[in-house]
Amino acid sequence: MSADVMPITENKNTKAKAVDTPWKTAMRRFTRNKLAVIGFIMIVFMFILCFIGPLFSPHNLFDYSLKNKNLAPNGTYWLGTDKLGRDILLRMMLAGRISLLVGLVATCITVMIGATLGAVAGFYGKLVDNLIMRVADIFMALPSLPILIILGAVLSDLKVHPSSRIYYLMVIIGVLNWTTLARLVRGQILTLREQEFMQATEALGLKDKRKIFKHLLPNTIPVIIVAATLSVAGAILSESALSFLGIGVVPPTPSWGNMISAANNLIDFRKRPWLWIPPGMCILITSVAINLIGDGLRDALDPKTKK
Amino acid sequence: MKQYIIRRLLQMIPTLIGISIIIFAISAMVPGDYITARANPNMSIEKQEQLRSIYGLDKPDYQRYFIWAGNMVKGNFGDSMQHKQPVTTVINTYVWNSFIIGIFALFFSWFIAMITGIFSAKFQYSFFDKIVTLLVFICMSLPSFFIGLLLIKFFALDMKLFPVGGMITSGLNARGWEYFIDVLKHSFLPIMVLTMLSTGSLTRYFRTSMLEVIRQDYIRTARAKGLKERTVIFKHAFRNAMIPAITLLGFELPGLFGGAMILEQIFVWPGVGHIYLNSINMRDYPFMLGFTIFLAMLTLLGNLLADVLYGIADPRIRLK
Repeated sequence: MSADVMPITENKNTKAKAVDTPWKTAMRRFTRNKLAVIGFIMIVFMFILCFIGPLFSPHNLFDYSLKNKNLAPNGTYWLGTDKLGRDILLRMMLAGRISLLVGLVATCITVMIGATLGAVAGFYGKLVDNLIMRVADIFMALPSLPILIILGAVLSDLKVHPSSRIYYLMVIIGVLNWTTLARLVRGQILTLREQEFMQATEALGLKDKRKIFKHLLPNTIPVIIVAATLSVAGAILSESALSFLGIGVVPPTPSWGNMISAANNLIDFRKRPWLWIPPGMCILITSVAINLIGDGLRDALDPKTKK
Repeated sequence: MKQYIIRRLLQMIPTLIGISIIIFAISAMVPGDYITARANPNMSIEKQEQLRSIYGLDKPDYQRYFIWAGNMVKGNFGDSMQHKQPVTTVINTYVWNSFIIGIFALFFSWFIAMITGIFSAKFQYSFFDKIVTLLVFICMSLPSFFIGLLLIKFFALDMKLFPVGGMITSGLNARGWEYFIDVLKHSFLPIMVLTMLSTGSLTRYFRTSMLEVIRQDYIRTARAKGLKERTVIFKHAFRNAMIPAITLLGFELPGLFGGAMILEQIFVWPGVGHIYLNSINMRDYPFMLGFTIFLAMLTLLGNLLADVLYGIADPRIRLK
């Protein structure tokens, strides 16, 4: 809770060393979960590969050389080359930057919208709550993949420049996902707002904005973290499906999804699996890793499971 | 119960109106229409205008919304521009192809999930349980299109065990049994992918549900009575663990009739999802809008079905 409500200075000195903070307990529980730790290592590896890996690559993304086109994996080109003679490994790492970034930013947008609307709905109740939750019902019943595909097609029709498409995609994927988080946060706020510390904020005469963002929302952070982690995997999968269909991230910007769309060409699909299998494995590994972490976090942050 | 169902159905109306507005607004955002998407260079501008006024595409958006929504209420979904048939007819033609793979996938995924769920709960923390947990996570995070492609590559192209795509071998005029076998061969891979995709979360659900039941006192009583372990697990525990799972059946409704867009596209399966994806690419708005509303209705009905089933299965739940 915020500093001006509680005199923290007194607390600091008297705090016993043996008592763990809730975050430390959660941390300990998380590290005890083997699968979650494996997931964490996998995701760290993916990030290092995608964000630092390209710096060590001897190749250049703009090395078009038709002499080296469609090479199978070998000593110089570890994962082979594509039809323009570009190194697949380098492209895959750069594609990973885009895909991971889309997943992360889309989730940030989801969290901002979902947490705010959920908190507002839960805090004010009555008419506001009804209104927001009815809108949430509408969004929940919208078939999400078709809507994503339709919006992707709209982006193509509006002739959005390839380089700015990823920003639109982040927003679209982020906005469409807000309902789950909003419901979770609302549920938490409904119980939290009846607790004593909220009476204290009332007595202090704090503004609503402050009550919501400084006193209520911080208490829902465990729920938000778990939902957000899992939603990163969802966002990455959505982006890759769209890009695979050619209406998400479009070339020349590489993304895992649009690299797999090389498989739409029968010869490439059949004879040159190095074009599309590695990026597919990246998607698979990333999303398994994120789901493992999310599940580990759920167990670690849930106060009901005592270990 | 009847009252409850009627009230829920009435509550769907505002949601459907909201959905229809959102979907229509998105489609209205798109520059160009079916006529421009066809891009027939031989068509004169006058002819294009004429066609637009026939299809009613020349009216302002809000008017078109009310005309469209009004027809929807009367049960008239309009005519698909691409298929030159009423949207409902097109849906009816293709939805059963999707239903075939949907129902098989449903059956297999429930069957596999129940068995693995029961055993991994029975032997919690065993090696088997750990393997299952890992597989569950992998299934839950599979990118459907990639797995579909991998299976086609290995099983259809490299090992030639199954046909690459489609529903029947072209040129094969088989009837009866032969036809059935042919379809079965073609549907094997898509069913397999669909099953894999849904088995993960289902197994997890059954496992948790089973774990909760196994700790109950009446299970201890059953064991104390000296019943066989098999009877305890399958008769006493499993039946009770199934109650919450029944709710999930309702949520399967959109999956059965909605088609799997990307999978059907990859396997060239002539299902409704494939047609829907095409309609989006071709800007066939009547079909696109009509089917999206159909999907939304399925989702809402599925939710209602889930609640009703739960009320039936568990008498402690009173639906009001």
